[in-house]
Amino acid sequence: MERLDPRARSDIYGLRINRAPDPWRVRIVPYGSIMLASALPVLLIADTMPLLPSFGLLLLLAWRMVRPGLLPLWAGAPLGAFDDLFSGQPFGSAILLWSLAMIAIEVIETRFPWRGFWQDWFTAGVIAVIYWLASLVVSGASVTPEMLMVAAPQALASVLLYPMIARMVAGLDRFRLSRSLKID
Amino acid sequence: MAPPSSRRTGFSKKAQLSAFTGYLLAGAGAVVGAGLLVLSLWQPDAFAPLRGLAGDVVTPAGTGTAAARSTSQGFFAGIAGYFNAGSQNAELRRENELARIRLAEAEAVKAENQRLKGLLGLRDGESKPVATARLVGSTATSGRRHAYLGAGSSSGVKPGMPVLSERGVIGRVLETGRYSSRVLLLTDSESVLPVRRAKDNVIAFAEGRGDGLLRIRLVNLGVNPLKVGDMMVTSGAGGYYRPGVAVAIIAKITPDGGIGRLVAEPSATNFVSVVPIHEAAAVAELEGPASAAAPSPSPSPTSAPTGGAAAEE
Repeated sequence: MERLDPRARSDIYGLRINRAPDPWRVRIVPYGSIMLASALPVLLIADTMPLLPSFGLLLLLAWRMVRPGLLPLWAGAPLGAFDDLFSGQPFGSAILLWSLAMIAIEVIETRFPWRGFWQDWFTAGVIAVIYWLASLVVSGASVTPEMLMVAAPQALASVLLYPMIARMVAGLDRFRLSRSLKID
Repeated sequence: MAPPSSRRTGFSKKAQLSAFTGYLLAGAGAVVGAGLLVLSLWQPDAFAPLRGLAGDVVTPAGTGTAAARSTSQGFFAGIAGYFNAGSQNAELRRENELARIRLAEAEAVKAENQRLKGLLGLRDGESKPVATARLVGSTATSGRRHAYLGAGSSSGVKPGMPVLSERGVIGRVLETGRYSSRVLLLTDSESVLPVRRAKDNVIAFAEGRGDGLLRIRLVNLGVNPLKVGDMMVTSGAGGYYRPGVAVAIIAKITPDGGIGRLVAEPSATNFVSVVPIHEAAAVAELEGPASAAAPSPSPSPTSAPTGGAAAEE
């Protein structure tokens, strides 16, 4: 069989016989990727304006949308606490806002159980824009009109980046579940 | 796509309870987050040790990217240099002639300055930097403009110390970790810095607008004496900064002052130095419990507690 088609006995996660996904990888990849996305923007020097949307939140939303039920409902609080250490926001702002985002998605999902990509994008976009505004308000700085203007591209970018990040999360999910462990 | 059917609770008591617990925990998380948020808005330093630890962890990675950043800037500048080398050479030669003359004049002024300072019994304003380090990162996703510095309390950096580049003021140390510290950049909308015009003593405050420019607010209202192109330097009021360090160049005139562009842009600097607080004793006095009664130690009329101390978070 394999001589005719080497992929005959495999699916997108790899060979099926005698193999299992790595239990560590299954658990770590979602949390690890969100935490990495929270910490990475620190490496840029942004002296005049916020340059990037909050990648941590976008990844959290994407994992929540792409794999409903994988992250527990309360996952926003610990991941938000980690994000607060790096983001420059006062400690507690992401704990609050990410928890609220997770609850909001859960409520929306119970209300509209049948959903597709466009609805996911709409939900993620609305949540990302509300988060953008709320995090500016609670940032501890007085919100000036100029500040809102230079931060506006950030909101636009977070809406436009969602599909790309959702694809990336889907790829990460395939990596997470790929059968790398040999049983025998 | 419908959610997986295993997530519907149905009549299972266990599933109902676990869904309920999920909501309860998430709600508790939000409430705790709100409490922490209020606490850290009220007491900004409350979580400084935690953030310092996190900063220490990312600093090694940041040092690598900072080195790469300065190398790539030099690379592109090198390429650009080939295209206008000839005309630039002639212009530089002319500028060099002028600069030599000005330098000689400055030497004379410096000598005179030294003599007058000697007469007054003032100590020299220059002080040795506490630490020299790279800016390794910043808060690129937030509305706040903080930068991370690759030197912390282990090299003697303390909160409040000014951070200067070779061109001028970058900002002030806000929190320190062991091997990293967090700098409040001038462009942050909570940053206030007492400044004066370089050529005379027009006194103003330079406030960050949050969009990379500084609002220069004159203290004495009336006819606005500022002109486009004026250089603003630190006045030394408030006691944090040594007087005469370049801060901003006026780019636009407004009724109450002007809009200034930064002289020292953090993204364009390679190494910065942390210098000790200029008048540490005076600052301690100003921020001490008797701050209301203490007479302002600086000769400038702008050294009200709003001066350098207003740049607190």
